[in-house]
Amino acid sequence: MKRREAAITALVLVLSVVLAWAFWNAFSGPTGDRLAELTATRVPESGVTNPVTAVLLNFRAYDTLLELAVLLAAILGIWAVGKASPGFLPAGAVLRALVGLIVPLLIIAGGYMLWVGGHAPGGAFQAGALLGAAGVTLRLAGYPAAGLPPEALLRVTIGLGVLIFTLCGVALMALGYGFLTYPLDLAKWLILVIETAATLSIGATLAAAYLGGRADPTDSGDGVTR
Amino acid sequence: MTAHLIYAAAGLALVVLGAWSFLVHAPLLRKLVALNVMGAGVFHLLISVGYRGLDAPPDPVPHALVLTGIVVAVSATALAVAFGQRLEGSAGEQDRD
Repeated sequence: MKRREAAITALVLVLSVVLAWAFWNAFSGPTGDRLAELTATRVPESGVTNPVTAVLLNFRAYDTLLELAVLLAAILGIWAVGKASPGFLPAGAVLRALVGLIVPLLIIAGGYMLWVGGHAPGGAFQAGALLGAAGVTLRLAGYPAAGLPPEALLRVTIGLGVLIFTLCGVALMALGYGFLTYPLDLAKWLILVIETAATLSIGATLAAAYLGGRADPTDSGDGVTR
Repeated sequence: MTAHLIYAAAGLALVVLGAWSFLVHAPLLRKLVALNVMGAGVFHLLISVGYRGLDAPPDPVPHALVLTGIVVAVSATALAVAFGQRLEGSAGEQDRD
C-alpha cells in the first residue's frame, strides 16, 4: 500500500511539472491575435455590451446549449436512480420568518442578475444559481418540494432552457440565418428570451438536484412536513 | 504584475492535490470532494489565463467557460452523490440478504 502511494505521489509530481510547463508556455509565448481582441472587436455585433454574455449566448451559443443539455442529463440521471430523501423537520418560527424574507429577495436578485447580464457581470447562470439557492433555502426550512412546481410542470420547466434555445436556433435556420446566428436587430431580444428560459431551467434543475431524486408524488407539494 | 501567476500557481497546486487525493483515497465521497478540488484548480488556471494586465479588461472567453463550468460541476456532483447513495443503498440490501 505504501509503495502504491509513493508511486501515485511521483506520478502526480510529474503531472504538476508538465502542467506548470504547459501553462508557462501558454503565458509567455508569442502573443498574436488572441481571442480577447477578437471578442472585443465583435461585441458590438452581439446585441449585448457585456463581453462575457456575448461569448456565452452569441459567439459560443452552441457551447452554452450543450451545457444546458448536460444539466438536463444530470437531473435525468438523478431522477433515474431513485426517490427524493424525506424532508427535514419543519423550521422554527425564527428561521421560517427569515426564509419568508430571504426567498423573495433571492428571486428578485435573480431577476436583476438576469437583466443586468446584458451590460455588466451577470446572466442566466448567476440568476439560475440564485433561484437554485432559493430552492435549497426552502428545503432546509422544511418545505419538502423546495418550492418547485408539481412534477408535470417541473419537467417542462427543467426542459425549457434546452427547448427554447433549440427552437430559437431552428427558427433562425428556417428564416435563412445559420443555427443560432442572430440578426443584429433581434439579437438582444433573442438573447433575453433564451436567458430567461435558461434561468428558470437552471434554477429548477439545481433545486431538484438538491432534493436528490424524484419528489414523492404523495406530497402535496406546497405543504410543510409534519 | 505577478498576482495572476501566484493565482495560477495556487490553481496548479489545487489540481495536483485533488489528483493525488482522488487516486490515493478509496471512499467515493472523498474521491468526489477531491474531483471538486481539482475542478476548482482548473477554474483558477482558466481565470488567470484570462488576465491581460491592469489596464485591459480580462479575456471574456475563459470567464464564460468558468461560469458555465461551475454550474455544470455542481450538477455533476449532485449526480455523483445520487449514484453514490444508490450504490450504498443496494450494498445495504445485499448485506441484509
